[in-house]
Amino acid sequence: MAEIQLKSLAHSYSSKPSGPEDYAIRQLNHVWHKGGAYALLGPSGCGKSTMLNIISGLVQPSEGEVLFDGKRVNELSPRDRNIAQVFQFPVIYDSMTVFDNLAFPLKNNKVPKSRIKARVHEIAAVLEIEDKLYKKAKNLTADEKQKVSMGRGLVREDVSAILFDEPLTVIDPQLKWKLRRKLKQIHEQFDITMVYVTHDQLEASTFADKIAVMYGGQIVQFGTPTELFEQPNHTFVGYFIGSPGMNLIEVERYAAGVRFGSTQIALDTWQVELLKRLKSNNIKIGIRPEFIELSATASDDTYEVEILDMEDLGTYKIITVQLDQQEMKVRMNEEFEGAIGSRTHLSFPQQWLKLYVDEFLVQEQQ
Amino acid sequence: MQKIQNNRAWWLVLPVFLLVAFSALIPLMTVVNYSVQDIFGPGQAFFVGTEWFKEVLGDERLQDSLIRQFMFSGAVLLIQIPLGIGVALMMPKSGIKGSLCLILIAIPLLIPWNVVGTIWQVFARGDIGLFGWGLNELGFDYNYTGDTVDAWLTVLLMDVWHWTPLVALLCYSGLRAIPEAFYQAAEIDRASQWAVFRYIQLPRLKSVLIIAVLLRFMDSFMIYTEPFVLTGGGPGSSTTFLSQTLTTMAIGQFDLGRASAFSLIYFLIVLLISWLFFTAITQDDKEK
Repeated sequence: MAEIQLKSLAHSYSSKPSGPEDYAIRQLNHVWHKGGAYALLGPSGCGKSTMLNIISGLVQPSEGEVLFDGKRVNELSPRDRNIAQVFQFPVIYDSMTVFDNLAFPLKNNKVPKSRIKARVHEIAAVLEIEDKLYKKAKNLTADEKQKVSMGRGLVREDVSAILFDEPLTVIDPQLKWKLRRKLKQIHEQFDITMVYVTHDQLEASTFADKIAVMYGGQIVQFGTPTELFEQPNHTFVGYFIGSPGMNLIEVERYAAGVRFGSTQIALDTWQVELLKRLKSNNIKIGIRPEFIELSATASDDTYEVEILDMEDLGTYKIITVQLDQQEMKVRMNEEFEGAIGSRTHLSFPQQWLKLYVDEFLVQEQQ
Repeated sequence: MQKIQNNRAWWLVLPVFLLVAFSALIPLMTVVNYSVQDIFGPGQAFFVGTEWFKEVLGDERLQDSLIRQFMFSGAVLLIQIPLGIGVALMMPKSGIKGSLCLILIAIPLLIPWNVVGTIWQVFARGDIGLFGWGLNELGFDYNYTGDTVDAWLTVLLMDVWHWTPLVALLCYSGLRAIPEAFYQAAEIDRASQWAVFRYIQLPRLKSVLIIAVLLRFMDSFMIYTEPFVLTGGGPGSSTTFLSQTLTTMAIGQFDLGRASAFSLIYFLIVLLISWLFFTAITQDDKEK
């Protein structure tokens, strides 16, 4: 087990990168603490897998350092880093039985025979493939193969960390949930550092204690699922986490706050002060659909909006409203009554209204 | 609309049937025809039953040549398959070097067979051939026209030179088809190089190796042109393989009855061994 530190890491797949757009990972500093269960969340092509491969040593970073417990490992091959990695698609040794597949990494590590047997059975029991141990691996179904693939990662006891690269892609939804719980259990039981790459926020939040959200080759926020939901650090986090994502509205300054069209939104004084000092004109406000309030009656801090659309999702409704040409999603409970085309009143609770300048959250300085 | 129920659709098979008949069945039946009759001329044919077959199976000259043939094919497979795999493993994976290697390796395959025989006939000569002359200069007493062992070695070497590239090319294509993830997983699992070969590369080469072994077995078992040009079957009859014996019998001695009987046996041997090999190898897949 090890603490994994990434120091001003950058990676480009092109040999002569000409600009920031050539980089899969840009100037990234990060620490994965010993024994943590982490998720690395981000859209396809944001550099998640590249980062994982850099940690395991399959890819050499073009710049920066990878440190295991403070020691530089850039020059070490994956075998010397002693790390386990599970890939997106099952990789199995098809000429071997399931048992031999699981025993393979242990045999390569010269683990005594009796220990191999015990350990393989232990992992097979966790993954519920004990009855298939003596079957040829190539005759398994796709999800059984992936379990074997995962098992090979889990079977070693002395690894620095286990890296998962979207390991549940080929597995059907029901089993997915079960396997995720299993991984979590394994983590609790063996206390191994685990990094789990995924583009599914649900998967990330059920597996991990802390999630790193990656966007454009950078980690834009690292926090608990609640933090990511309540305090998105970056507009991308707001948009990517939550369903539907955060409402983001481009606005401009005015004396007491910000405005768009003829709608003026007053802000806290510290926010107004900050805005005055910042030069950028890339200003956005963001609020989650869950935190917007709709009411039939108007008051001082409400805005009149038109209901454009209503989607009933069973346990809740997603209402699309329009305010000054700007569409917003609002999440309301089942009881909400309203007709498409009718008008209603909307308010933004001050504490949930976030201000973003140059895509990053503006926070009050202590 | 009423559905029409009859068997006229079978006529559609006729063109294929005719094609197969003319390309395979009718020529084959001619051989069958000759193998069970003694034919002296038009209208003078006598049915002899299995007599030719009995005679052929007891013929010592043919038995010897059959044994030589098995030895030759066995040696060819034992040398060319491992060598071909080895060459494929050593070839560069991509880029200009890879392409260059492919072209260089494919050259022997492009040379007409009797030219291959001629090349080696000159190359291995003790007086003017670089190979033969070189060996003699190095102190080896090498003479493929006089010494049985030398003749065998030369024929084998020629075949290895000519056909190992085919095995290598097949294996190379098989190796290139293995996804990178397998090598990455092996690296993560800390597999040794031998283990990578044994558990990743070899199992995934299986299907191309089946093709390679079958092709090399059939071709080597029917080899004719190259040894005929190189040694003419000699010295004595030490490098006279089955098809040369057969040709001598059929054309040289015009012994059509025995030659036909022998052709059929020859054909059945190739068929039987190929089938046995293929079944044995693919049997493994069906096991649970």
